[in-house]
Amino acid sequence: MRLLALFLLAATVVSAQVPFERIVNADKEPGNWLTYSRTLDGKRFSPLGEINTQNVSQLKVKWAYQFPDPHTEVSPIVIDGILYVTGPNSAAALDGRSGRSLWTWKRPLPSDYQSIGFGHTNRGAAVLDDKLFVATLDGFLVGLDLKSGVERWSAKVLDYKLGYSMTMAPLAIEGKVIVGVSGGEAGIRGFIDAYDARTGKQAWRFWTIPGPGEPGHETWSGDDWKTGGGATWVTGAYDPELKLVYWGVGNPGPDWNGDVRPGDNLYTCSFLALDADTGKLSWYFQFTPHDTHDWDATHVPILFDGQVQGQKRKLIAVANRNAFYYVLDRTTGEFIAGKPYAKQTWAKGLDAKGRPILTTNAEPTAQGAMIWPNLNGGTVWFSPSYSPQTDFVYVSVREIGARYFKRVTPYRVDTFFAGGGEDELPPDDAWGAIRALQAETGELRWEFKLFSPPWAGVLSTAGGLVFSGSDEGNFYALDARTGKPLWDFQTGGAIDANPSSFLIDGHQCISIAADRVLYVFGL
Amino acid sequence: MRSLLIFLSSLFLFAAYAELSAQAPSAENAPVEKPDLTAGKVIFEGHCSLCHGIDGGGGRGPSLHRAKLSRAADDKALKSLIENGIPPEMPEGWYLSEQDLSNVVAFVRSLGSVPAEKLPGDPQRGGAIYARSGCATCHILAGKGTGFGPELTEVGARRGAAQLRGTLLSPSKTIPEGFLLIEAITSSGEAIRGIRLNEDTFTIQLKDAQGHFYSLRKNDLHELKKLRGETLMPSYESLFSAAELDDLVAYLASQRGQP
Repeated sequence: MRLLALFLLAATVVSAQVPFERIVNADKEPGNWLTYSRTLDGKRFSPLGEINTQNVSQLKVKWAYQFPDPHTEVSPIVIDGILYVTGPNSAAALDGRSGRSLWTWKRPLPSDYQSIGFGHTNRGAAVLDDKLFVATLDGFLVGLDLKSGVERWSAKVLDYKLGYSMTMAPLAIEGKVIVGVSGGEAGIRGFIDAYDARTGKQAWRFWTIPGPGEPGHETWSGDDWKTGGGATWVTGAYDPELKLVYWGVGNPGPDWNGDVRPGDNLYTCSFLALDADTGKLSWYFQFTPHDTHDWDATHVPILFDGQVQGQKRKLIAVANRNAFYYVLDRTTGEFIAGKPYAKQTWAKGLDAKGRPILTTNAEPTAQGAMIWPNLNGGTVWFSPSYSPQTDFVYVSVREIGARYFKRVTPYRVDTFFAGGGEDELPPDDAWGAIRALQAETGELRWEFKLFSPPWAGVLSTAGGLVFSGSDEGNFYALDARTGKPLWDFQTGGAIDANPSSFLIDGHQCISIAADRVLYVFGL
Repeated sequence: MRSLLIFLSSLFLFAAYAELSAQAPSAENAPVEKPDLTAGKVIFEGHCSLCHGIDGGGGRGPSLHRAKLSRAADDKALKSLIENGIPPEMPEGWYLSEQDLSNVVAFVRSLGSVPAEKLPGDPQRGGAIYARSGCATCHILAGKGTGFGPELTEVGARRGAAQLRGTLLSPSKTIPEGFLLIEAITSSGEAIRGIRLNEDTFTIQLKDAQGHFYSLRKNDLHELKKLRGETLMPSYESLFSAAELDDLVAYLASQRGQP
């Protein structure tokens, strides 16, 4: 039996080759999870239905894995029974049956590295062909051998001494690995990079803050653009037919004091559609022009096809941190629909082109202005989910306001460049919810209330279920059509991660990271 | 009165400033400029005074008119405390720059030079009132009593006299963090009243006045009432004379734990 197990394991490792065709056809192998959101269209939907509304109440822990570092935010990649997980400057391959590690990898973090505005974390890896790609805090994109965890190449993406960092899971497309950067509170100039997956050579770079002579530069004054922010710290999506990469851009810098950077501050708080071969901008849509609340548009975009006024359209949707839900045409960037999905007090609504119409109390002040949502937004980096069974987008919603302050903060390299801050409402005045929105319109279909604003993403499955987690450690399943709670488990740690689903030995499993533990559940 | 206070505090601020600026800053993350007490005061008034009082004399949060702060032995610890907060009662000051932190630390330290408030009552008589009024049926003080309400052993270090007096007169207006009164009605109609010890989306944990713990699943309950602004502590306004109240406040204010 032991010999057989060894043989099976060896067989699995040999077959662990993931050409792009496997990723783009992910629905042909629903038991695997080959890219951050399982599919390149960002839906975080699992076609597996063994665990369903009838039997989810019997879900039990199969195993748990303890990470070396706390507060993990990882979504595992799963290939033929092996889980690939990451932490800050680390990665591991885990046996899907037992949770025991098969290899581990770690890259030392320089002693002078500092995270400005976020914790030491990593949200996952990408895979292509025979390599696993991991982005490190100190700015390297590393290609690891899938079988051994040995480094095959590493590319220096950025200089951490300028306040840059990386925390997101890269996105692997045809022959390339795309990465984005953190550092929106450190006065960086953001960018999105593509690297050759075989060699690690840079293929292209798109600066999210346009330089002199580039379109959009006129939305900045003087040298503001050099420290304009526009971080790109959440994994994007890809349409292989249009050959467009979709990526969210973060807040302008300094965050809360817009006086020193008049203008719309393109392309901050925007979605970008970039040509996959060249990195050239196809279109952009700015959700929050001249943002003064830290409302990054760094979200996983959801690509779906829907009916708009009787016509089938290629659409892109996002529940934005600014508390509005948006639907755009993903070929052109045209605004289709938008409406609030969470409490907000900063905008009266959106105009015909989707630009917000501001209220009179929309800006931070020296004395503090009470505004909803707080800086973390109506939702934040964690993933939404789209189910083709219901045509609902499921969003993990934060209902919390804050007193926003404006201050004068001079830029100093590698220091906090915020220009203010906020005082959150006390815990008992804040709450959360999972909301099901009609994908084409953002109409609310149901809501499941949470005790506090969540930090966990959402998974929907063909079993008619929605999984998510709470800040108090509850991991739970809801009925995807009604929002009725069907199962919950206390993990013992705050959940700041996204759920995933895959097959181990032919049976469906659900995973979630809670604090420093990865749990895998099954029937 | 207000201008006198400001004048007096500026004197103390100057003294503290001189002391602080004489210290060599640590090499790592050193603020670029010397601490600015005026700038620190602005931050304090904007972010800290809501709980610690506009003059730092305490309110929902403890008085800072103390040379030694129980949770911050030195400036480095105080900076870290302000930056990271004390979950869940004190929010984080993560957004403050090194210079802001240095300024506000200097200002808070300067408050330690403010002389202790002189209270009209007699602590010894107040102790006798405490003993005969049944306070120990809900509170523990110096190891004696029942721990249903807040522990009072160091209450004088945590609360200013005005806040203590306010609580004795109108306890429902000053309910501290962690003492939310709950009434849970079970599916069989049983009513459980107690303090919320913990809660998540699916469960809630209570303790009643007799010290019994309850673990409840919300789905099993007929009703869950959060009695915000309610407390089992009575108002002592009509029960004590003004002099007795002064004595009791003086007694509680003198409860500052180990020196």
